[in-house]
Amino acid sequence: MAGKTVEVINGPKRSSPRIEAYKAFWKRLSKNKAAVVGGFFILLFIVVSIVGPFLTTKDPTEVMVLNKLQPPSAEFWFGTDNFGRDIFTRIIHGMSLTLKVGFLSVAIGGSIGVIFGIVSGYYGGKIDTIIMRVMDVLLAFPGILLALAIVSVLGGSLQNVIIAVAVFSVPAFARIVRSSTLSVRQLEYIDAVKALGASDFRIIFKHILPNVVSPIIVQATLRIATAVLTASGLSFLGLGAQPPEPEWGAMLNDGRTYMKTAPHLMLFPGMMIAIVVLAFNIFGDGLRDALDPKMKK
Amino acid sequence: METNVLEVHNLRTSFYTDDGEVKAVDGVSFTLPKGKTLGIVGESGSGKSITALSILQLLASNGKIIDGEIRFKGENLIGYSDRKMRDIRGNAISMIFQEPMTSLNPVFTIGQQISESLIKHQKLSKRDALLKSVDLLKLVGIPSPEARVRNYPYELSGGMRQRVMIAMALACDPEILIADEPTTALDVTIQAQILQLIKELQHRLGMSVVFITHDLGVVAETCDYVAVMYAGQVVEYSDVFTIFKEPKHPYTIGLLNSLPRHDMEQDKLEPIRGNVPNVRDMPIGCRFSPRCPAATDLCRAELPELSKDDKGNDVRCWIYSDNWDGEMEVNVYGEKRIAQGRGVKAVFSD
Repeated sequence: MAGKTVEVINGPKRSSPRIEAYKAFWKRLSKNKAAVVGGFFILLFIVVSIVGPFLTTKDPTEVMVLNKLQPPSAEFWFGTDNFGRDIFTRIIHGMSLTLKVGFLSVAIGGSIGVIFGIVSGYYGGKIDTIIMRVMDVLLAFPGILLALAIVSVLGGSLQNVIIAVAVFSVPAFARIVRSSTLSVRQLEYIDAVKALGASDFRIIFKHILPNVVSPIIVQATLRIATAVLTASGLSFLGLGAQPPEPEWGAMLNDGRTYMKTAPHLMLFPGMMIAIVVLAFNIFGDGLRDALDPKMKK
Repeated sequence: METNVLEVHNLRTSFYTDDGEVKAVDGVSFTLPKGKTLGIVGESGSGKSITALSILQLLASNGKIIDGEIRFKGENLIGYSDRKMRDIRGNAISMIFQEPMTSLNPVFTIGQQISESLIKHQKLSKRDALLKSVDLLKLVGIPSPEARVRNYPYELSGGMRQRVMIAMALACDPEILIADEPTTALDVTIQAQILQLIKELQHRLGMSVVFITHDLGVVAETCDYVAVMYAGQVVEYSDVFTIFKEPKHPYTIGLLNSLPRHDMEQDKLEPIRGNVPNVRDMPIGCRFSPRCPAATDLCRAELPELSKDDKGNDVRCWIYSDNWDGEMEVNVYGEKRIAQGRGVKAVFSD
């Protein structure tokens, strides 16, 4: 018995099909050069946002009036702004703010959207109608406008930006998860686990969720890009991060006055926003192709 | 003494669609004695599967049991809460499905899937459940179960998957196994193996089996009792010998006539003429009357009840009822039959 136990629990030596599936996924993903570059940048951003602030020698909010509006140089790599703050340092410190907004808002909005979508698709009927009509209402607003409305009600702060962006991410997730749930729900194994006495909760979270996870991952990656863009937009409008926080959108706004005389004030934050959004978009597209090879073409 | 582990009495299940009520099951009665096998036979759309799903109360949300009794060991399951039904499902009554290729969740190993009901119903630990899964896989004849338990469904063939489904269904020693066309999607050779397996396990574990099929060959092979269904109703219920030796209902006779036989010369097979009536537009009288070669005005006007004959077998046909006016010769697919109301058996005459 003891011998058998060991063999069953550890299994005879063979590479698990799950690991093989991961290998195949990595192979497909690594073939897509753009996605690899996008992924590399995302990784770099994450590392920078964690260790970056410890490596910079300057204070992102330290005002040095003598150095104001310096062009990029060996000392101030990206130049300085109108208060003499080092733009490079501010960009590095702003990285974590940007990623925080992106990841948190998508995590919150995504979770809510996934639950709505899966419940809607699984139960159907009235619940489905109610949830999806609410989602339709949310979708009817242009994203930035909805976020703007929410932030102006809640008040301008980075935290409220996260909430606003989360709210407008919900319907996208709800829709995509609902449609996947609808197709999984009618498969026979759902009937089979029901016939084995599984509860709805168990069916939803144990049997349906793992089967709809790949569109969720793809959607989340692409949504981070949108979230970053929206958050910067709100900060640019003065509704997000408040000065002197080194948020990129807010930096863009600060630099607006000096656009003609010192364009580097806007150039670097703008460039960073573009690169981050691009990286997430490219990586998301690559993920989609790699997770669902049938969908390609 | 024989006890009935399952008694279904006058079950009616309807679906409410945009086009109105659809009476998918409309008067199904049968009994299943302990340790025996009941075959439910009928063509597609006759309500066989809905009957099975009604027993487990697994109907789609627009379906509803509107009348009847489902007695499991004497207790009426209708009116049980969903929570109580969940304890019955997979534990006391379990079911295997027609399509083994899609009946397993692709993202879990078969060991995890068999373990699931063991963990739920028998409160085993993950480890014990996995060990029991290996035993179950061995029981259903899967070679090297220790390795297979870690496989994902896509690594198994159709026959193997159906064995896994059976293992899952048997995990908690159910008293009733409902098999909904378990062999339809399989190769003929595998079909025989699976039928043999179910029979063998039934003897070993002493469970009762409800076999849903449209294959009379399967019925003859495996069943002790047979309920013949037509258009949502049971038209004949008796033991398997009677069904094959002395079928009574013209539909049963028609079914048997449409099968090739090897015990007699046949020039051509005699089909049942016409089509199954539309569920939304059922005949007023006997549902088989538009296709029945022996139908009379009475048949077309009034629906007969399912009533017992002198041998205790049920048949839903006017010919065998008290209302049948006197002795009369009826021609059923070329076979002359003399019917004379209750108590007088139908006589074959060539």
